[in-house]
Amino acid sequence: MSALQKVMDWVDDRFPLTATYKAHLSEYYAPKNFNFWYFFGSLALLVLVIQIVTGIFLTMNYKPDSELAFASVEYIMRDVDWGWLIRYMHSTGASMFFVVVYLHMFRGLMYGSYRKPRELIWIFGVLIYLALMAEAFLGYLLPWGQMSFWGAQVIVNLFAAVPFIGNDLSIWIRGDYVISDATLNRFFAFHVIALPLVLIALVAVHLVALHEVGSNNPDGVEIKKNKDPVTHIPLDGIPFHPYYTVKDIVGVIVFLMVFSAILFFAPEMGGYFLEANNFIPADPLKTPQHIAPLWYFTPFYAILRAVPPMFGSQFPGVVAMGMSIVLMFFLPWLDRSKVKSIRYRGPIYKIMLALFIVSFIGLGYLGLLPSTPLLTIAAQVFSVIYFLFFLLMPWYTSIDKTKPEPERVTG
Amino acid sequence: MSQEVDGQKVDTRKRKFLIAATTAFGGVAAAGVAVPLVMSMLPSARAKAAGAPVEVDISKVEPGMLLTVEWRGKPVWIVNRTKEMLDLLAKHDDQLSDPKSEQPQQPDYCKNATRSIKPEYLVAVGICTHLGCSPSEKLKLGSESGLGADWPGGFFCPCHGSRFDLAARVYKNVPAPINLEIPPHQYLSDAKLLIGVDAKGA
Repeated sequence: MSALQKVMDWVDDRFPLTATYKAHLSEYYAPKNFNFWYFFGSLALLVLVIQIVTGIFLTMNYKPDSELAFASVEYIMRDVDWGWLIRYMHSTGASMFFVVVYLHMFRGLMYGSYRKPRELIWIFGVLIYLALMAEAFLGYLLPWGQMSFWGAQVIVNLFAAVPFIGNDLSIWIRGDYVISDATLNRFFAFHVIALPLVLIALVAVHLVALHEVGSNNPDGVEIKKNKDPVTHIPLDGIPFHPYYTVKDIVGVIVFLMVFSAILFFAPEMGGYFLEANNFIPADPLKTPQHIAPLWYFTPFYAILRAVPPMFGSQFPGVVAMGMSIVLMFFLPWLDRSKVKSIRYRGPIYKIMLALFIVSFIGLGYLGLLPSTPLLTIAAQVFSVIYFLFFLLMPWYTSIDKTKPEPERVTG
Repeated sequence: MSQEVDGQKVDTRKRKFLIAATTAFGGVAAAGVAVPLVMSMLPSARAKAAGAPVEVDISKVEPGMLLTVEWRGKPVWIVNRTKEMLDLLAKHDDQLSDPKSEQPQQPDYCKNATRSIKPEYLVAVGICTHLGCSPSEKLKLGSESGLGADWPGGFFCPCHGSRFDLAARVYKNVPAPINLEIPPHQYLSDAKLLIGVDAKGA
C-alpha cells in the first residue's frame, strides 16, 4: 500500500473524503448528451468565486462611510496597486453573473428542467436568483455615486408603497428618514456578509438536490430508467469527472476570453455595466435627469412603470413587479405538458416561449429608456405577454400537440 | 396514551407535550432575541436628533420667490405666493387628482384650499411622491414656464414627468399618485418659521 493511500485511508476513516469525491464527481453519472446550454451552471459557480475573491480584496480598501465611500472607490481605482483590476473584475463579474444566470434559466425553460422530480432544484434556483438581485442592488449603493443614491432612493421607496406599514418599513430599511450614512453602512454589512452566506448556502442545497435526482438533459428523458442490470449505472450516463469537468474547462476558457475582453477594453460597457452618472458623488438635493437601473433589473423596472397608480397608490405596480418573479416559483406546477423538452413539444409552447423571450428582452430595453406614452403602451403589451406565459401555461401546455419522447437519449 | 417502543412503555402524549412545549419556549426565546436586532435597524438617537426641527427666517422671501431648506436630509420648499398665484389655485380643481387634500399628506391645520397655515406661504417637502426624485420649480405663470399657456405655476418632476400646482397638489394622469407632503410646521413670529414640529395644542 502506497504512502498516499495510507493517508487517504486515515482520512476516510474520519471524514468521507473519497466517498464524497465519488458521489459528486467520479461516480456522479450525468447524461451523455449535454450541449452548449449546459455550460452556464458551472460558469455561474465560477463567477460566484470571482465575486467572493475580488470582493474580499475590495473590502480591504473600501470605506463604508458616506463621507469617505466615493473617494475610497476612486482611491482603489487610482492609488491601490492593481486596485483598478480588482474593482473592474468585481463590477464586470456582477453583470456577467446575470448573463450566465439568465442563460442558465433559459436552458431550464427550454428543456423542462424544473419539472418533476426537479421542482426543488428549480425553487432553490429562483431563490438564488432573488438573493443575487438583492446582492447586486445592495452592492450598487456602495460607490455612493448619484445613481447609487437615487437608485436606492427609488427602490427603497417601493417598500414605502406597501399599504399601512409602508412608511415605517422604508424608514426601518434605511435606518433614517432618507438614504444616509446609516443606510450605506447596513447595505455594506448585508452585501459582504449576510447575502454571500445565504447565496453559498442556497448554491449548496441547489447542488445537493441536483445530485440527489440527477441532471436533466436536452431530451428531457430520465436516464435512471435505463440502468445496466449488473453495475446499476445509467446506460446513458457518463461520470461527471473527467468527462464534464473537461468539457466545462473549455467553457471556462471561452468565458474568460469574453470576460477579459470586457474587463480590459470596455469595463463600463458604454454605460450598461457602470453608469456615467455614478462617477458623480451622491447629492441628496439634486436628482439626475434620468434614472435607469442597471440592465439586469430593467425588465422588472419596465413592468413597475407599466402599471399606472391605482386608488392613489403606487402599490399595484410594486405588486406586479413582485408577482413577475413570484410566478417563477410555480412553474413546475403550471406546466401540464406530457413532455419536458422543447424538442418534443408542440408549436404552441415554442411560440409562447419565443414571445416570452421577446417580451423579456423588450421590457429590458424599455426599462433603460425614459418613459413616454407610446413606450408605456409597448411596456404594457410586453408585460401582459410576460404574465400570460405563466398564467395560461396550464391551458396551452395541455392542449399542445406533443411528439413522443424517445426511450433513450439521442445524439 | 402509551405505546410499546423497543419493549418499553412510552407515554407518547407526555412526549408530544414536552416536544411542543420545548419548541414553543425555544421559539419565544428566539423571537425575543430577534427583537433587539430588528430594533437596532431603526433610526438611531443621533439620526432622530438630526431630524430635529429647523428654524427659517422667511422675512427675505419676496412674493413669488422660492427658498429651499434642508430638513431631515430632504429639500423643503417655502414659496411666498402672490395674490395672482393664490387666485389661480382654485381654478383648476378638475385637473387635479386630490384637489380637496383628502389623502393624509398634510397636518390637519393645512387641510384647506391653500394647504397652508398662512395662505401666502406654501411649505412643502420637495420629494416627488412617485419614486422620490426632487421636482424642479416652475413658478412662472403661463407659457413662460414651458408647460403651456394655462400653467398656473407649480413644480415639474424631470424623472417621470409628474406635475404639481402651487399648493403642491398633484395633477391627474401623471405617475405620482398623491399630493406632495406638507411637513408639520408653525410660525414662531411673523418672520420665523419652524419646520418639523406642530404648534403646541394644535
